[in-house]
Amino acid sequence: MANLFKIAVRNLFRYKRRTFLTVSLIAIGVIFVLGYISISGSFKNMMIGQITDSMIGHLQVHRKGYVASIENLPLNLNLKPQAVKKLEGLLNQQPEVVAYSPRIKFGGMFSTFVETTNVRLNGVYPEKEFKTIPLLPSRIAEGQKTLNKGEILIPELLARGMKAKIGDMIVIVATNQDGSVNGKQFKVAGILESATGPGGRDGYVHIEDATELLRMGEMEISEVAIRIKDFGKVEAFTRKLDGQLSGEVNKQGKPAFEVHSWQGLSPFYNIARMIDMMTFFIQILLIAVVLISIMNVMIMAVYERIREIGTIAAIGTLPGKILSMFVMEGFCLGVVGVVIGNIIGMAIIFILNASGGVTFDFGMQKGLVLAPTLNPMNMLVVSAIVIFVSVAASLQPALKASRMEPIKALRHV
Amino acid sequence: MNLIVAKNITKDYQVVPTRVSKDPQIGEGLVRALRNVSFEIEPASFVSFVGPSGSGKTTLLNLIGCLDKPTEGKLTVVGTDVLKLDRHESAQFRGDNLGFIFQDFNLIPILTVYENIEYPLIIVKNTPGGERRKRVMAVLAAVGMADQKDKYPDQISGGQKQRVAVARALVSDPKLVLADEPTANLDSKTAYTIINLMKKMRDELKSTFIFSTHDQRIVGEAEIIYSLADGELVDKQLKGGKQNG
Repeated sequence: MANLFKIAVRNLFRYKRRTFLTVSLIAIGVIFVLGYISISGSFKNMMIGQITDSMIGHLQVHRKGYVASIENLPLNLNLKPQAVKKLEGLLNQQPEVVAYSPRIKFGGMFSTFVETTNVRLNGVYPEKEFKTIPLLPSRIAEGQKTLNKGEILIPELLARGMKAKIGDMIVIVATNQDGSVNGKQFKVAGILESATGPGGRDGYVHIEDATELLRMGEMEISEVAIRIKDFGKVEAFTRKLDGQLSGEVNKQGKPAFEVHSWQGLSPFYNIARMIDMMTFFIQILLIAVVLISIMNVMIMAVYERIREIGTIAAIGTLPGKILSMFVMEGFCLGVVGVVIGNIIGMAIIFILNASGGVTFDFGMQKGLVLAPTLNPMNMLVVSAIVIFVSVAASLQPALKASRMEPIKALRHV
Repeated sequence: MNLIVAKNITKDYQVVPTRVSKDPQIGEGLVRALRNVSFEIEPASFVSFVGPSGSGKTTLLNLIGCLDKPTEGKLTVVGTDVLKLDRHESAQFRGDNLGFIFQDFNLIPILTVYENIEYPLIIVKNTPGGERRKRVMAVLAAVGMADQKDKYPDQISGGQKQRVAVARALVSDPKLVLADEPTANLDSKTAYTIINLMKKMRDELKSTFIFSTHDQRIVGEAEIIYSLADGELVDKQLKGGKQNG
């Protein structure tokens, strides 16, 4: 094997310029793909992190049918106290769960006594909410990073439009489940930065204030947001929880709960899927580049060395060894291209991060700083693809060489 | 026991339509390169096949070397019926029993003199490292190329290249060495040197040497001379003027 490798390397050095060009092409392809995967992957992960850690949590549980009407924030589809108790009991037993936060979601009128507008609000237990969506405090651009009874956190667009400032008293008027209207005064305690995605422009009040405002006799919960230890296992945990809750039925004998991971709740999931799809196509492009360049080089190598192939075949080299020699050349080209591509790719990502990352705007979020990272698994996958394709691309020319009749090859001029 | 036994060997080649054969016996589009050739060669012989271009020398050497197969007849080389060998077995047989010396030397340009000679031991014979070095150095010394071992083929002369080719053919200790026009690209002095080197190696290693040539300068150097004309074996001469026709 070592000797085959030595001969392959020598053969590659025979046409230095051609080898250099092929290796460069492969390396550029690898750099491009790694750069793309790194930036798009980091963007995707950052956005998913923003969405799950500052708004929706890793997964949510609702009363069956709530999500289909979620835009209307239907109070009549809230979870009853008994169901909430059952759910909390179950969640408390799950070792995967870090925190969960019951929410009452409702719409109302926001009045500064001068102007009035619509607002969507979440009634939450602040401690539970901050544990479940830990980036929420960091979204509080102005004011205190806590939420007490009688206080409200309002989104910045609303604050700007309504000229509401920290410490101002405002009134929230909301329609109750029975259709009557109630109002309650709140003090503006904080202004929230907007975030892209569902709930990105919602305000927050204490859950007991929400219960009082909505004149709930007993607290009814719209949703329970859940945070788990390992985000990578969110799908598995969603399935597990769904399975455990599937036995809970309502009076009509139908399932009482529905469980959705963040993918089922955020439209960004479709963007994330599109990013994955584009990554896949970029990899296909890389495969094409490697395939064509290696095949081209190897076909030329075989045609240029026909007499040599005849000679080595004549002196007794078995067809399999001849095949191995040419495949080894393709393999070496792929490996060198991958190594150079990975080194330069890592260097570029390092320089990019050292110079402050990539700054960009996304929806209402301005000046987001993306720090691209290279996942070793991604590097491994790209490298494996390139090396595999290099070997596959050299197979056809190598087979041609190994099947050559020595007598014809020796006669070749 | 004879090293090579050939009985009524015939070899036809398919040719392009513009060169349609005029021979009604062998069919259209075919050229008969060898006709009913029979001979026997004993071990450790020094044999030449002579004849003008197109007489069938190279074809005959290719058949003996298992690079091609006769259309008709029976050919046994080193006790093996070579007609029964498939592609893979032929390659194996060549590696185990034969050495080749080519007119154009056919050294591998990316390998040094040493590595060219070492090649059959590594790739074909899988000889262990220590044994390999010993054998390569021995043949290098025998052909007088030990001091040139680190040079590449493009750094040595034609005569030196052919010495290396002889060394490469002999390094795996073959029973039979086939040389197709080994002196065609060499000047007279070098041609003699190469033929004498081959003879010396035959004496030392007891390998059988068969070479083809139309070079009158070296024809007489062989101990047995087979003459070919138009694909037929027309004469056999033993050194010393003995004739067997």
